[in-house]
Amino acid sequence: MHEPNWFRWTRRVGLFVLLVFTLVPIYVMVSSAVKPLQDVQGAFTWWPSHFTLGPFRDMWTTIPLARYFVNSLVVAAASSLASVLIALLAAYSISRYRFRGRQTFSVVVLSTQMFPGILFLLPLFVMFVNISNVTGINLYGSRLGLILTFLTFTLPFAIWMLIGYLDSIPRELDEAALVDGNGPLGALFRVVVPAAIPGIVAVAIYAFMTAWGEVLFASVMTDDSTRTLAVGLRGYATQNNVYWNQIMAASLTVSVPIVIGFLMLQRFMVAGMTAGSVK
Amino acid sequence: MVDAVQATAPHGRSPVNSVQRRKRRRQWLPYVLLIPAIVMELLIHIIPMLIGVVMSFFKMTQLYLGNWQQAPFAHLDNYRLAMDFNQPAGKALLHSFAVTIAFTVLVLAFSWSLGLAAAVLTQRPFRGRGIVRTLLLVPFALPIFASVITWNFMAQRDTGVINHVLVNQLHLTQGNPFWLIGGNSFVTLTLVVIWRTWPFAFLMMSAGMQSIPADVYEAAVLDGAGVFAQLRRVTLPLLAPVNRVLVLVLFLWTFNDFTTPYTLFGDTTPVQADLISIHIYQNSFGTWNFGTGSAMSVLLLLFLMVVTGLYLFFVNRRTDSA
Amino acid sequence: MRLNKTATAAVAALMVLPLAACSGSGATKGSSKSNAGVTLTYWASNQGTSLDNDKQVLTPELAKFTKATGIKVELEVVPWADLLNRVLAATTSGKGPDVVNIGNTWSSSVQATGAFLPFDDATLTAIGGKSRFLAGSMLATGVAGQPPAAVPIYSMAYGLYYNKKQFKAAGISSPPTTWDEFLVDAKKLTTPKHWALSLEAGSKTENIHTAFTLSQQQGGSWFDSSGKATFNTPQNVAAIKQYIDFMQTDKIVNPSDAQYSNGTEALKDFATGTTSMVFWQAAQASLKQLGMNPDDIGVAPVPLPAQLPAGGKPVTSMVAGINLGIFKNTKNKDAAIQFVKFMTSTPEQQMLNKTYGSLPSVTDAYSDPAFQAPNVLVIKDVLSKSAAPLPQVPGESQFEKLVGAAMTTLFADAATGKTVTSAQIASALAAAQQQVTS
Repeated sequence: MHEPNWFRWTRRVGLFVLLVFTLVPIYVMVSSAVKPLQDVQGAFTWWPSHFTLGPFRDMWTTIPLARYFVNSLVVAAASSLASVLIALLAAYSISRYRFRGRQTFSVVVLSTQMFPGILFLLPLFVMFVNISNVTGINLYGSRLGLILTFLTFTLPFAIWMLIGYLDSIPRELDEAALVDGNGPLGALFRVVVPAAIPGIVAVAIYAFMTAWGEVLFASVMTDDSTRTLAVGLRGYATQNNVYWNQIMAASLTVSVPIVIGFLMLQRFMVAGMTAGSVK
Repeated sequence: MVDAVQATAPHGRSPVNSVQRRKRRRQWLPYVLLIPAIVMELLIHIIPMLIGVVMSFFKMTQLYLGNWQQAPFAHLDNYRLAMDFNQPAGKALLHSFAVTIAFTVLVLAFSWSLGLAAAVLTQRPFRGRGIVRTLLLVPFALPIFASVITWNFMAQRDTGVINHVLVNQLHLTQGNPFWLIGGNSFVTLTLVVIWRTWPFAFLMMSAGMQSIPADVYEAAVLDGAGVFAQLRRVTLPLLAPVNRVLVLVLFLWTFNDFTTPYTLFGDTTPVQADLISIHIYQNSFGTWNFGTGSAMSVLLLLFLMVVTGLYLFFVNRRTDSA
Repeated sequence: MRLNKTATAAVAALMVLPLAACSGSGATKGSSKSNAGVTLTYWASNQGTSLDNDKQVLTPELAKFTKATGIKVELEVVPWADLLNRVLAATTSGKGPDVVNIGNTWSSSVQATGAFLPFDDATLTAIGGKSRFLAGSMLATGVAGQPPAAVPIYSMAYGLYYNKKQFKAAGISSPPTTWDEFLVDAKKLTTPKHWALSLEAGSKTENIHTAFTLSQQQGGSWFDSSGKATFNTPQNVAAIKQYIDFMQTDKIVNPSDAQYSNGTEALKDFATGTTSMVFWQAAQASLKQLGMNPDDIGVAPVPLPAQLPAGGKPVTSMVAGINLGIFKNTKNKDAAIQFVKFMTSTPEQQMLNKTYGSLPSVTDAYSDPAFQAPNVLVIKDVLSKSAAPLPQVPGESQFEKLVGAAMTTLFADAATGKTVTSAQIASALAAAQQQVTS
């Protein structure tokens, strides 16, 4: 498609500015990760006084970084997968069907986004404790409790966004699938989901990152063995010293797999899955 | 409504039964699909929220934390305390509220605009698009603690890069300004949240744009539409379902943001950047008084419900009349 | 429909669950007579250089305890940022550790919740008797007249730490004992490139601790005898004004210190020689760890007014420290008491306090030569002679949060160029007082 020249230049300048805005703090992180401790505690310098990989070595022992990393990965992956799946079913229901209670459900689910998260904390904790007393399923201090909590936190948004994405997929696709002899669920998974992949991927990313970064609930609901990164990284700020360089080194290290994941998921954000499938 | 298609009888069953079965399935299918979501929402969101609302009517202070069944009924005292705008507590709440509204509107406006701009600029393939997209999403990939702490680091008056650039290198201003306390703290907070939020708007809108078929754009180009006209006539209307939700959720999400100010300012949030979530946190966890904290939360909830209700009303009206 | 009925039933069951709660505080009797085989859960606070360091320090000590009693201890070191929230969650839900470290200033609030086992006379005798403990530290264990909610294990007090080398270079022969001398010395030390004093002026807790001490010297108090808040008094205003004037009028403190809030920066400035003085708790070990030459570290009691005003007390520090408490809900009460006895035993007190750089809270531990070093003796002296506990009333935590927040805002104002007057301080204190809900 022909692009006007001015558009091409606007794109270059615009993206450049955005990249600078986005990446300056990243540069600060990267350069701080290879600075000795004195450098990061004194006046800022663009370049380290001398390069050192010490922070990358020490960061594993100042806090149990590997364990926290695994905890975060497991919790975030599980909660985002579960959240997207549950949200997909609910969104399909709301997008494609008109039934009594549809509006009520949407409004109630939305209202949960209006209540400050901090006030959920104590009642939720009390509930988890009671559930564990009654049923023996340990929810606090365990990954399961955290997964359930996170998946529910992301659920309303996931449902709403998926409704939006599904709404923009024409009904003709569903009908075509049903004509072919599929049931509604078959239509959902065989035709609608492939068409909604960019939206689903975006929502899954959101759910994953929310679980990845949540601090308040994770700080109360975990103990030493189940602690996640978001909380654990604060351990680098100790009684006497804030080990900035190790914080940066650790953050960069744990973010690398995430960024690689983003790169790989790029492919799914590409158009072409729907075009041409409606005859 | 997706109608089940009248089909020929499968597997030798009589046509009437299968149609009836399909009709019955059609009736309860939507509810069944909702069950997992309903269960999770009740367990983790609705019930704790109701408990929180109930707490607001009781004197839930440190004296009763250990045996909350015995907390005395406080009628509307917690609410009266929160809403008495002539007293310091009420004044502080109102102030915090105003700060949060200003903050949310600014973050929303900038994040959405930047997200849309970036999504449009990366809509068509060009060399390096995948890398650019990934790089722009990096703030999103970093742990919040680390990225916000980095900004705290950058905003330090004597040792931070912001002042290093502004004062020492660009000489834009004299005498290191403060960025973490005083009036500028609001600017810093807003900037940091925009930095963290706009990639998310970018992500959502990019995804939404992918399902706009190319032939719609081609038709517009044939009609003589330039880039801006395409944006106005094709992209925005077709993105409407996504945007409708995105804007609302960004609003709610930003309004209730707790992690960013908590991490950026640490133990003490400056008055000029006193977001409502932090304000409520300090009035509950900070003072061991969960009755007042809950009352403030309920007030917040009521306000947001009104705003959301109005928003949905106007948005639906426009789509109905379109 | 069958499905809807099932769904409704499930929902109803879920709604009933939290209501069928066991009460928040129900004491369960201790189990068998012999406590061998019991496992205690212990939440320790972060006293060392990192969470890992605390683990390494405590684990061998806990092993000693297990060897002697057969009671196993499951240790978790909780960062300060999370400790209070987790204690709150444990208090509300009834589900928590058996023993836990708390900041001693939390004692009265914790006591008011009723979630901690009171150390009545019988329990105190079981751990060796009340008289073993430092009188000053025992004052910070809960409301006077009520059995302590927790017992002190690490004790600390504030001192004026000064850089001996920089003092000598400026021609100051001995540390100041009065505020007048202090200001004279500070002004000598302040040059265009160097500040005399560093303050953690963005930290609520540091501000409160100093305001308390200065107010004591002025004869002020923050609560009256019935426990009602009395923040807005001339003495309290004078105390806070004196403190803020260090930055705005005397100009011996870098305005940037108003940003210092994570509890490490002011000390760091002192350790690196960027400033010459700092008011800090038992900083010897931390300073060494930060790389300061031990020969340069000097400590003296915090100065007093040359003339104490009417009602003023010769107080130079609040009683700081860490207390060890037992959750009332513990299923292993006897084992927990044995553990507290172990942690307050003389050998353990000596060992742990030596490592952490704090002071033992039992008098017979001071025979160890480590606690005879001159700098340590100064702090010990302060603790026993001129330290007073923060108000031991349930409203204490609100005092910390509200007045602390007011002070950091005032410091921010002073730093960004606005002048803070006594009238403004008074109205800030009045506003804080209004927000105290009992």
